[in-house]
Amino acid sequence: MTLNQQRKLKTILTGLFAWSVALVLFFPIFWMFITSFKTELQAISVPPSLFFEPTLDNFRIVQERSDYIHHAWNSVVTSFGSTIIALIIAIPAAYSMAFFPGKRTKDILLWMLSTKMLPAVGVLVPIYILCRNYGLLDSKTALVIIFTLMNLPIIVWMLFSYFKDLPKEILEAARMDGATPWDEVVKVVLPLSVGAISSTALLSIVLCWNEAFWSLNLTASDAAPLTAMIASYSSPEGLFWAKLSAASTLACAPIVIFGWFCQKQLVQGLTFGAVK
Amino acid sequence: MKRSITRLLMAPSVIMLLVWMIIPLSMTIYFSTIRYNLLYPGQNNFVGLMNFEFFITDPGFVPAVSNTLILLLSVLIITVVLGVMLSALIDKPFFGQGIVRVLLISPFFIMPTVNALIWKNMMMNPVYGIFAWISESLGFEPIDWLSSYPLVSVIIMVSWQWLPFAILVFVTALQSQDTEQKEAAQMDGATGWHIFRYLTIPHLARPIAVVVMIETIFLLAVFAEIFVSTGGGPGYDSTNLAYLIYNQALLQYDVGVASAGGLFAVLLANIVAIFLIRAVGKNLTV
Repeated sequence: MTLNQQRKLKTILTGLFAWSVALVLFFPIFWMFITSFKTELQAISVPPSLFFEPTLDNFRIVQERSDYIHHAWNSVVTSFGSTIIALIIAIPAAYSMAFFPGKRTKDILLWMLSTKMLPAVGVLVPIYILCRNYGLLDSKTALVIIFTLMNLPIIVWMLFSYFKDLPKEILEAARMDGATPWDEVVKVVLPLSVGAISSTALLSIVLCWNEAFWSLNLTASDAAPLTAMIASYSSPEGLFWAKLSAASTLACAPIVIFGWFCQKQLVQGLTFGAVK
Repeated sequence: MKRSITRLLMAPSVIMLLVWMIIPLSMTIYFSTIRYNLLYPGQNNFVGLMNFEFFITDPGFVPAVSNTLILLLSVLIITVVLGVMLSALIDKPFFGQGIVRVLLISPFFIMPTVNALIWKNMMMNPVYGIFAWISESLGFEPIDWLSSYPLVSVIIMVSWQWLPFAILVFVTALQSQDTEQKEAAQMDGATGWHIFRYLTIPHLARPIAVVVMIETIFLLAVFAEIFVSTGGGPGYDSTNLAYLIYNQALLQYDVGVASAGGLFAVLLANIVAIFLIRAVGKNLTV
């Protein structure tokens, strides 16, 4: 075999291998998606059926039974709301840490990250009681506040690592031209970091959308986001996998599709720019 | 710019996180020293360390701590080892790379409650599940995963969620590896294993550190997967600390004991965090 042929063979083998890994890992999602178009009987047939006449009944029933739109709206409000608030708080902090670092900057950043390591369960009881006392149980307000604080450390970190890479000369040039600090941020830093801020926002939205600990413990029905709605399908009332799959597909589809478009930025963001 | 302005800009974040940390934590500390059961209101006398005693002597305590650590370590090992190997194997151009990337990362975006439901029902169900069908077609007895191997089942679910993340991080990192160096090594007669061991692994040190840190943050707090799939059982076989405390607080209404447990979880997380921040902090450029 010539070197060229060897190389070609290698490419084909790599490709086959990569595709099989990807298909195996993706299979459960594919199966969920397929099952959502089956009848309940087809869903539990052995051997599993791959070819069948698709039906949309499950989706209709899910909407009727558990009001998908209501829970989806809760998910949208809590994840977008908390992300926007967290960004407003985090941008100035990240900006000042990146451009005017002091001796303590690194300590403050590590401390912020360490608050993320505090297990939520350690403060479950007080948060639950505070929410109960202020009438915030099963309210979107409570979730928005908690999600904001929960993601704030990661958001500050990510923005910090992006801002740090911006060339300082541009800022100096702007200052020479008489820009005020406010101008600097609004007219120089923000336009340069639209990409960074949006990928930070994306990650925060994904994390909120999929957050389950607080939404399961603090909401019942009014404010329950999709994670909590899905959990209500875990009760062993019998086998209704087709409906379960339809509900799951509806709950995950928006964020999975959203994730497909920005997976590269997400990886870069989640690793604080350590991986480019 | 003056120091005072930079402080002012940082203030909202720092103050909010301080409040978020201090108020609930001091309430937890307070609750942990009093008798506080929601079923018996008004009897909140000081009991010293009795709640801690109750929590530590609870039959679920030892299994919960060991399950938490087993879950953390197994998922870390599975995702990092498999992640490094798989990413090294697929780090060459091939047909349909973009689609493979998209397929690979998808499990990471599936919410934990859905993750648990898919695996519990459609994959692991002993009668109608895909696994049962596969083992029957191969002539084996189907396994009832959730009742026979509950912790392993949870580990599979959580690893499925995080392996894609690890692969993607490592693949992204490998793309910045110096190809000339690799070619030079090949010229000098280095085998594939040598290149992997002495060039690829050192290159991945930083990404691995970051993956370990991020995963640890989330893995110590695994809750929904257990809540939905096994409910911590059978017995305490798949109960972790988070689930045990949830059980004390919201199912048995014993706020005092649950708070003591919460403090224990904080302590455990801190021990892990000290090691991690030491190890990883160096690797993050600040």
